[in-house]
Amino acid sequence: MEPILSVDHLSVSFTRYGRGLSRTELNPIRDLSLRVEPGQVAAVVGESGSGKSLLAHAIFHILPRNARVAGDIRYDGAPLTRERAESLRGREISLIPQGVTWLDPMMKVGDQLRRGRRDPDTRTRCRQVLERYGLGPETEGLYPFQLSGGMARRVLIASAVMEGPRLIVADEPTPGLDARTAVRVLGHFRELAEEGAGVLLITHDLELALTVAGTVSVFLDGQTVDHLPAARFQSGQGLTHPYTRALWRAMPKNGMEVSGL
Amino acid sequence: MSHRLQFTVKKLIRMALLLLGVSLTAFLLMDASPLDPLQTNVGQAALGAMSPEQVARLEAYWGVNTPAAERYLSWLGGALRGDLGVSLLYRRPVLEVIGQRLSASLGLLIFAWALSGALGLALGILAGASRGRWTDRLIRGGCLLLSSTPAFWLALLLLIVFSVWLRVLPIGLAVPIGAAADSVTLLERLRHALLPAVTLSITGVSGIALHTREKVVDVLDSDYILFARARGEERILRRHVLRNVALPALTLQFASIGEIIGGSVLVEQVFSYPGLGQAAVSAGLGGDMPLLLGITVTTAAIVFGGNLAADLLYGVVDPRIRRGAARG
Repeated sequence: MEPILSVDHLSVSFTRYGRGLSRTELNPIRDLSLRVEPGQVAAVVGESGSGKSLLAHAIFHILPRNARVAGDIRYDGAPLTRERAESLRGREISLIPQGVTWLDPMMKVGDQLRRGRRDPDTRTRCRQVLERYGLGPETEGLYPFQLSGGMARRVLIASAVMEGPRLIVADEPTPGLDARTAVRVLGHFRELAEEGAGVLLITHDLELALTVAGTVSVFLDGQTVDHLPAARFQSGQGLTHPYTRALWRAMPKNGMEVSGL
Repeated sequence: MSHRLQFTVKKLIRMALLLLGVSLTAFLLMDASPLDPLQTNVGQAALGAMSPEQVARLEAYWGVNTPAAERYLSWLGGALRGDLGVSLLYRRPVLEVIGQRLSASLGLLIFAWALSGALGLALGILAGASRGRWTDRLIRGGCLLLSSTPAFWLALLLLIVFSVWLRVLPIGLAVPIGAAADSVTLLERLRHALLPAVTLSITGVSGIALHTREKVVDVLDSDYILFARARGEERILRRHVLRNVALPALTLQFASIGEIIGGSVLVEQVFSYPGLGQAAVSAGLGGDMPLLLGITVTTAAIVFGGNLAADLLYGVVDPRIRRGAARG
């Protein structure tokens, strides 16, 4: 199937100016490639703090101004330029960010979901998406600080699916959630994929990713070192890269070995 | 509700302690002043020509030989009963002098307070939103220049330009020289208040603009602005930035009352504007203890009231405090 999103040899680097004339080059993403197909959850698994989130920011063109991006990001067959991203984001492509700090602390949940629109159609859809994730209409009147961790996550998911997107990028959607809530949140992603959207799941948690993902890309030191169907991890066969094998061995059911990680 | 009541009561107790401390400090400073009220107010020559009885009467009037503790306690006793005493220089009740002077200054203060707040907020938001570009650099540079300019020097500069060179505005005072109080029109009063008010406003603008800019930059760097952009939201500045800058702006605005009042002392002096600030200077230099303490306590109360208003408004505006208080 034609991928909805393809990323080829993406690199993201920053130039930082320190004291005086010293200049440091940061290159958190050096060579990242992946594909997301419609109806599929594709996971990118890498360590926390390794710069995975920058992938999401690069897709949405919301990187800081001093970032340099090279490589190819194609959405639906055509390059995802800044102009194109600006016209698509919030409509066809939507981001599910990490946590409650991504909501405006001074604005009620409902107003944030509706993005300032007040027409009856938007109101109905807002109520519907909240209901879909088990949140009553009273949620609309709450401020972000009144949401629990799980509720906030569901609000963020609801905000992402309001417009029926074709591509959803979820950036570390599970930290801070208890295991049951985390599994339920990931279940929502599978549901969205089953409805035809492509879902890109960026996470540090291989085990959780495997519960929903069709393919897994392993991200290490700024590069994708492996790109595998999730089924391969079930048996542990055919994991070629040493880091991928180490990740697999570190999973609880495989002995939780941490050597080589 | 009882929560807010408790908060207010606590604040009022703090205010009483503050006013006590401020009045005591002002008294001690004044007491330590090397100025001899007799020499300053009567004059060296006149004093020399007086009989010892006359000098003794004057000394009694100015309280020269009364012990400091006794003087302060008698002032405090009166103040607690609402009697701030009689001004030694003006020979009228202190409250009356303050009332009259304050009504002259009030327009000036309010105008400067509102203008510096509005202008500072607008400039700060503009600079923050265009961070790094030339508008930002221009505004920041201008603000730094202004905040390192003494208010009295700026006042002199404006006087030279507008009153001496261009001759479009009066050189000082609150009304035209030699005019009867009844015949002075509102327009003439406004013309006289314009330069002092503008000077005061300008000195207040830079602090507010620079602080607002920092806050705008913080907000623009926040995750929720990033998310708003990722969702293709429009009018982010109005929807998110203004909303989140409003609270700190409120605090700044009320905290600036103190600066405006402080600035008015110098500015009124330069423009010979007969307001509260100028009265404070003459009371200080003339050894008029009751008037100085009265003015000090009054202005301290105004400044405290401003901060209290900001705190209370916070509870109304900020949903985290408003709802948090309602829940707990």
